[in-house]
Amino acid sequence: MEGAWEIAFVLFQVWLSIVVGLIVLPAMFGVSLGFTDIYIKVLVKTLEVKAFLLCLVSFQIHNVLSGIIEKDDDFTMCDAFYFCKKGIENIVEDQVTQRFTSEELASWNLLTRTNNNFRYISVRLTIIWGLGVFIRYCILLPLRITLAVIGLSWLVIGTTLVGLLPSSNAKNWLSDLVHITCYRICARGLSATIRYHNKENRPKKGGICVANHTSPIDIVILANDGCYAMVGQVHGGLMGVIQRSMVRSCPHVWFERSEMKDRHAVAKRLKDHIADKTKLPILIFPEGTCINNTSVMMFKKGSFEIGGTIYPVAIKYDPQFGDAFWNSAKNNMVSYLLRMMTSWAIVCNMWYLPPMTRQDGEDAVQFANRVKSAIAHQGGLVDLSWDGGLKREKVKESFKEEQQKMYSSMIVGLDCHEASEGPV
Amino acid sequence: MGSTSSTLLKIPNVEVLMQETGFSPAHIIRLHDRFKALDKEGRGHLCPQDFGAIKELAMNPIGDRIIGAFFSPGKETVDFHTFVKILILAHFRPVDKNRPKEPNSPEPINSRSNKLKFAFQLYDQDQDGKISRDELLKVLQAMLGMQVTEEQLESIADRTIQEADLDRDDAISFEEFRKSLEKVNIDHKMSIRFLR
Repeated sequence: MEGAWEIAFVLFQVWLSIVVGLIVLPAMFGVSLGFTDIYIKVLVKTLEVKAFLLCLVSFQIHNVLSGIIEKDDDFTMCDAFYFCKKGIENIVEDQVTQRFTSEELASWNLLTRTNNNFRYISVRLTIIWGLGVFIRYCILLPLRITLAVIGLSWLVIGTTLVGLLPSSNAKNWLSDLVHITCYRICARGLSATIRYHNKENRPKKGGICVANHTSPIDIVILANDGCYAMVGQVHGGLMGVIQRSMVRSCPHVWFERSEMKDRHAVAKRLKDHIADKTKLPILIFPEGTCINNTSVMMFKKGSFEIGGTIYPVAIKYDPQFGDAFWNSAKNNMVSYLLRMMTSWAIVCNMWYLPPMTRQDGEDAVQFANRVKSAIAHQGGLVDLSWDGGLKREKVKESFKEEQQKMYSSMIVGLDCHEASEGPV
Repeated sequence: MGSTSSTLLKIPNVEVLMQETGFSPAHIIRLHDRFKALDKEGRGHLCPQDFGAIKELAMNPIGDRIIGAFFSPGKETVDFHTFVKILILAHFRPVDKNRPKEPNSPEPINSRSNKLKFAFQLYDQDQDGKISRDELLKVLQAMLGMQVTEEQLESIADRTIQEADLDRDDAISFEEFRKSLEKVNIDHKMSIRFLR
């Protein structure tokens, strides 16, 4: 028995040193040994072969939304059909909910979570799938968990140590170093391959960085290439520990739940932060919630009222390797992280867009929409005007009125409108 | 693993359902998932409030009428079978022109005639077989809201009845309804499809 424990311990040490030597250290220095690249290439080849096998069996649901009514300025009985059709489509699948479920993949990447309708197709495919499961759960998962633990402990310990230093340039430099190295380790822990574009537009101090939101991993992705001041709610538990230690080394903006309700207090704190040019740029996700990375929903105007320069960033994940979307209604954080660590890889592209400021005569909402369009356009995402908050709140009456307006303008025509503009 | 056969077995009488509707197992499962998602309390059937929770449907001017179409008079709940059948009646799948017409087989659920009956019901809320001027006005009111005046609504209603009402009883019967829509491509206007 004693012998077995000793052997296990030795193996563990060997394992740990391999991990540290080959992954953690290069990660901290931003050096890539090329393992991830090779891994990704192999993955791509395998999936291409398999996709060819499966293309006969895949299917999508396609909503035929013909918004075009053949109108000839007259109400006919079949006009109700248009609304009826829309209504039925919404019963089967409404647009808001659809944005919050994962992108349907035309091909399947051997993760059953992405294709609900996995069928038993052939022995060969099931064997490949089984092999995939083994690799993901028994080889990749322990490796990734080790890396994540190392990364987070390093963050907590490192920031606490740096926090003991008096304020100085050295402290800031060290704090940046600790943060970046930790995020790099975490990124390796997810087998994340990130391609950065337009690095010259990187956010500067005293600015606000704005990005579309797909999952909590966005933070890791963004922070791999720069240091940001995070904004968010104070949490308890492990998150709380991390938050408190982060704040020791450089200022972040953490709000109590009660403070969040007071918009002016929130705005004031953020304003104060960006007014101080020595503080890091703030990172904000204006959609307010996680979207499934096929579209960008309405940006809440709060972040755009503060002033300052906005640095938009577009993040687009490649769904072929792993779906990064976090459906907070469906998975809690732990099960979500488990999913991420048992996916093949996270591959994403990040575009830094040129800075934008609010122009004269533009109100916060218009500015927000302008930024949103820029991000959606760059990332190849659909620019939706749906409010991400609809996922949780009630619909406003004004939306119904808009539908009625649109319909009536087709029926009634211009001259009737002029008549109705009268004393009524 | 989510293999289809085990999920299918959980749905009662699924064989009959597939035969009547012509849906494939994958489609049935898709609809079943949606049914379960709407049935938040897991009772196995839906009530009007479950439909009301769909935001876009709440925004739809005739949303409550569409919801009403799922519940036959007197019934407060709809089970999965009825749910699927009404969906297919209302909107799914263009009429299958290639199916050979057997003289004694019952009309397919989503035939043109049945689709028209469904649409007729949207107008004829008191189910007396005729769309009265009042009922027509109510639909117009719902679809146009405050965007038009009373007079405009009345004139549209009058015009519509004038064009469609052939026996001059100031109401539109189902036959007159059907006739007025003879030239309309119902399939196009009233179908959404699962595409392969």
